[in-house]
Amino acid sequence: MAEMTYIQAISDALRLEMRRDQRVFILGEDVGVYGGAFKVSLGFQEEFGPWRVIDTPLSETAIVGGATGAALMGLRPVAEMQFADFISCAWDHLVTVAAKQFFRSRTPIPIVVRLPSGGGFSGGPFHSQNPESSFAHIPGLKVVCPATPHDAKGLLASAIEDPNPVLYFEHKHLYRRIKGDVPEERYTVPFGSANVHREGDDATVVTWGAMVHTATEAAEELAKEGVEVEVLDMRTLIPWDKARVLEGVRRCSKVLVLHEDTRTGGFGAEIAATIAEEAFEDLDAPVMRLAAPDTPVPFSPPLEKAYIPQVEDVVTALRELAAY
Amino acid sequence: MAVREAEPVGSLQEVKEAGLDREDLLGIYRSMLITRGIEERGHIMYKQGKIPGSFYTGRGNEAAAVGVGTAMGPTDVGTPLHRDMGVHVTRGVEPWRIFAQYMGREGGPTRGRDGNVHMAVAELGLHTMVSHLPAMLPVAGGMALAFKIRGDRRVAVGWFGEGAAARGDAHEAMNFAGVRQLPMVFVCDNNQWAYSTPTYLSYPVEHIADRAAAYGFEGVVVDGTDVLAVYREAKRAIEKAREGGGPTLVECLTLRMEGHAVHDDAFYVPKEMFEQWAAYDPIERYRTWLQSHADLSEDEESEITATVKRLLNDALDRADASPLPDPSTLVGGVFASQEDLDTPHHK
Repeated sequence: MAEMTYIQAISDALRLEMRRDQRVFILGEDVGVYGGAFKVSLGFQEEFGPWRVIDTPLSETAIVGGATGAALMGLRPVAEMQFADFISCAWDHLVTVAAKQFFRSRTPIPIVVRLPSGGGFSGGPFHSQNPESSFAHIPGLKVVCPATPHDAKGLLASAIEDPNPVLYFEHKHLYRRIKGDVPEERYTVPFGSANVHREGDDATVVTWGAMVHTATEAAEELAKEGVEVEVLDMRTLIPWDKARVLEGVRRCSKVLVLHEDTRTGGFGAEIAATIAEEAFEDLDAPVMRLAAPDTPVPFSPPLEKAYIPQVEDVVTALRELAAY
Repeated sequence: MAVREAEPVGSLQEVKEAGLDREDLLGIYRSMLITRGIEERGHIMYKQGKIPGSFYTGRGNEAAAVGVGTAMGPTDVGTPLHRDMGVHVTRGVEPWRIFAQYMGREGGPTRGRDGNVHMAVAELGLHTMVSHLPAMLPVAGGMALAFKIRGDRRVAVGWFGEGAAARGDAHEAMNFAGVRQLPMVFVCDNNQWAYSTPTYLSYPVEHIADRAAAYGFEGVVVDGTDVLAVYREAKRAIEKAREGGGPTLVECLTLRMEGHAVHDDAFYVPKEMFEQWAAYDPIERYRTWLQSHADLSEDEESEITATVKRLLNDALDRADASPLPDPSTLVGGVFASQEDLDTPHHK
């Protein structure tokens, strides 16, 4: 075991995959000499050479479309978007080409697109988004949202191994803030398996990404009041661990679905609807949702604080839920 | 770097130097007849209500498609489009599978998951197009990138139309291919009409191939109704790419002799334009060339025509015998498993 930050765990996973599999290569903007905007691939070009760590022009379409073509020829590309927000420029290549090619032609597209996402540092409307729900809606794409260094490493290995297009959302606000024990050797974390980040029986919070930590802090507050809250980290949205969510509902009877993405049509709506369909009679309170309001991500600190669910917002919601 | 306008192909000797013997020449003729035959029969079937959805043909583009398809090496790959039936035929896709594709049957390359020319057989080096043109150009660029990374002596061919040349995908793909000197050939099927939009409303320069200079590689305009000239230029470009010489943009100029799709009567194309280009029908033109340069006799020609007719009749029967897809299989095929990766095109 070694203590690693979330971002170190991502680098570590990528380096190990590139060492064990010659087919794995990186392409993106400034990923080579500069090591990527967040330095995930710092030093990689020295180790793997310029044709496995490829600096591209500012061309998201050429990056994701190119990754698709290279995957069709048997390579395992890992494309980096400088910010998750810029994936909109390559929407067509994920949604129109990569997501549908296997369904139509039985030709798998094993690509990973790394997406530094999320807010909390005044990145503004174009450097802070969490667009995971948009892609979770597209049949043929897998969506991964790690919350811990351990999962960041294991889920990236799984993503690279997966024979499908995988969107790997790495939350920028966790990069250097969150540390944890990570095995030094290679391991995988399976898709579709939620993790109990904190145990509790009075209510369950279903969440992912940075909100796992927000929820846990809120749960510690509630514990002082004698309310034990389970924090269920989804880890992957496509596929999502429906069975574990429903089990949490049956045991706790009260659910808060929490995400940093905006509310309307967010993935939380899918989870809430599924709970209503399949576990209605196990509920002691209406399913509660807490998410960002339906606005672009604002820049100024007080506005951004009002936008991203804060620990105190979660505490308030959980108190309300517990009292219901 | 000015764009080069390719000369027509003259003598049989010149053709031999380009690597084609008489058998190859007759094979090209046969492929062109099969290409047109498939689309003519498809059109009739569509009118008979046997083909769901819409239907597209590439009449006028047979020489461009067959010429490039013939120039590709056995391990080369490409992403042909809806006017490029000739590429599928030349690479060896069995015609019955194309009819099965038209009819939404299990036997089509997409097993009814997609329709019309949205198909390709990966084992033959071809990959299925999408409607969003020219989205397959960056994908073909990625194929070429894979070859460059591995040092494979293989080339990727990406097709686009003069209409789709207006979209950003074309720019990003060409720029990236130019920067990295990828083993790639860009083939523009310039049929002068993007649905109802004429060339002067699609681009402001004389040739699409003029743009190649902006990406640091060679551009060439070739008569897209002259199959041998297309072959020669495509072959040059492909072998140049294979030898590490980087990309080429080959613009094949022709006229789309029918509407965008069969519902479209192309009323907006001036009648004189159709008349003018009808004199350059790719198949008629090539038949005349074969008669005067390669001693194509009437007997030989009738035999080829009869063989093609039989082939297509049999293909229709076989396609018609192919079952419709089972609706219970619909949801199973969205995600690939590890076993699906063990297909020849991945090795």
